[in-house]
Amino acid sequence: MIAPQLERPSPASEYGARARRAPWRSLLFSATGSKGDTIFRAILFGVALLVLLLVASMVAAMASNSMLSIREFGFSFLLGRNWNPIKDDFGALPFIYGTVVSSLIALLIAVPLSLGIAIFLVEQAPARISRPVAFLVEMLAAIPSVVYGLWGIFVLAPFMREYIEPPLARVFGWLPLFQGTITGIGLFTGGVILAIMITPIISAVVRDVLAAVPVSQREAALALGATRWETTRVVLANAASGIAGAIILGLGRAIGETMAVTMVIGNRPQISASLFEPSYTIASVIANEFTEATGDLYLSALVEIGLILFLVTFIVNAVAKLLVWSVTRGTSGTARAA
Amino acid sequence: MMRGTRPKNIRRWTSAVMTTATAVCALVAVTVLVIILGYIAWQGISSINLQFLIDTPKPVGEGGGIGNAILGTLILLGLGSVMGLPLGIAGGIYLSEFGDNWFGRTVRFVTDTLTGVPSIVIGIFVYTLIVLRMKQFSTIAGGVALALIMIPIVMRTTEEMIRLVPTSLREGALALGAPQWRVTMGVVLPAASSGIATGCMLAIARVSGETAPLLFTAFGSRFFNWHLDEPMASLTVQIYNYAISPYDEWHAQAWAATLVLMTLILAINITVRFFTRKRF
Repeated sequence: MIAPQLERPSPASEYGARARRAPWRSLLFSATGSKGDTIFRAILFGVALLVLLLVASMVAAMASNSMLSIREFGFSFLLGRNWNPIKDDFGALPFIYGTVVSSLIALLIAVPLSLGIAIFLVEQAPARISRPVAFLVEMLAAIPSVVYGLWGIFVLAPFMREYIEPPLARVFGWLPLFQGTITGIGLFTGGVILAIMITPIISAVVRDVLAAVPVSQREAALALGATRWETTRVVLANAASGIAGAIILGLGRAIGETMAVTMVIGNRPQISASLFEPSYTIASVIANEFTEATGDLYLSALVEIGLILFLVTFIVNAVAKLLVWSVTRGTSGTARAA
Repeated sequence: MMRGTRPKNIRRWTSAVMTTATAVCALVAVTVLVIILGYIAWQGISSINLQFLIDTPKPVGEGGGIGNAILGTLILLGLGSVMGLPLGIAGGIYLSEFGDNWFGRTVRFVTDTLTGVPSIVIGIFVYTLIVLRMKQFSTIAGGVALALIMIPIVMRTTEEMIRLVPTSLREGALALGAPQWRVTMGVVLPAASSGIATGCMLAIARVSGETAPLLFTAFGSRFFNWHLDEPMASLTVQIYNYAISPYDEWHAQAWAATLVLMTLILAINITVRFFTRKRF
């Protein structure tokens, strides 16, 4: 997949001064004015327009299909703590809570890890090490969500139950976060599996961002007598907004991640202070209950949750892209996973 | 530079410690990958055999296999590719050849943002669009869902690949009097074809692992199915259903199915990597 590059001059803009004038810049008509070109261009334009129409129709379709629930609950849908299909009482707060907390756990683990990986690959490792390592890290992103889920159920959850959660409960047990029954299935395990899944995404983008920082910055720092790490810090400072973008991009992925989380988080709509307790996320409740939703209001409430998920991830991603672009813009960084 | 030797030492030590720490981070990630893949191979190989690959699912205790799921995944990928790849490539051509204006920038931005939208949302959309109208889960709905996920990915890779084609090639063809569409279709596209093919392969690899958008579009099936208007099995949904079942036998089958799926995905990824070492 491809890192965004906005400002690289399009070949089309280099055809010549004549081509730059009004007819060429207009959307539909070609510079040569030939019929074939106009048709060709119109077709391609239609396809590009399709993407915008797709987003618009997604919003429209989901909004119209959730109207029942929006009318019934209004704004209190977001704050309702009950999710009771039998009584037709729906509130999304437990799912929002589960999504936010599991994503934050994921970021807490994945951000330092990904930064470390990216710094290692760009700033420190020689090419013959960084190439294969970069490939292996990217392979983590190629593993499907459902496979992470399967692995999570049978490997990660038992491991957390036996080796990670008991010591945490012993040392930090005075915090409500680490109290409660240890089952290995719950918010914490969900957060850990998310962390593994977003690490390759964050590190790939940070890699691009670091690579976009001019070499002269590093040379200047080194010339002033900075150590390797001090040089890296200079680079990091230069890439700060791009790194922020990468982190937000990872957050977006964590929020929308469905299958793996569904399989290890326990799927219980509750708001508990304990990270060991089962929880439920927005994406999980859709995956689990959509096909079983009997009753129009139930389905409508699920579609509304989907709409919220769509809008939130769309905005989060848009912000992330803008931040990343602010750093990589103008550089011809190589195409990479994003 | 520094007055004493101690501050300098501290700086050196910090540098060494942090350098090591970043290497450890990379090591952790690679270790996790090896553990996951190793576990899949170990668990998968022990319950995979030819019968398993061609059989349909059976009740617990009677064996059964994933033949229909493999076929289903291939059909869904085929459908998704037929719809998604041409549109993605066409969109990519637009972005690279004509996308140097506000409209192109908007489309590019929305496309990029769309790749980050959760695939389950695409599932809901296709459900409201197709499944609600047809009043049943269907193969075609699953194919459309996969196509919609592929389009933005293919668009952006295609755009990047076409941009790598030297401008002089276009200018040469234009100078010979060829119209724009012939230049693009006859000169630029062939020159970028291997890169575009790579992007398409990666998009196929990506959606072959999708589960969430298939849950309420293609839904799943326990039989061989050739009809586009009926529910269709897929490897990923099968893995999901078996993984959350309470039966050990089905868990073993989930691992075996995962091995098949991962073999497909890794084969595509490694092949692509091998042929495009220069480009990626």
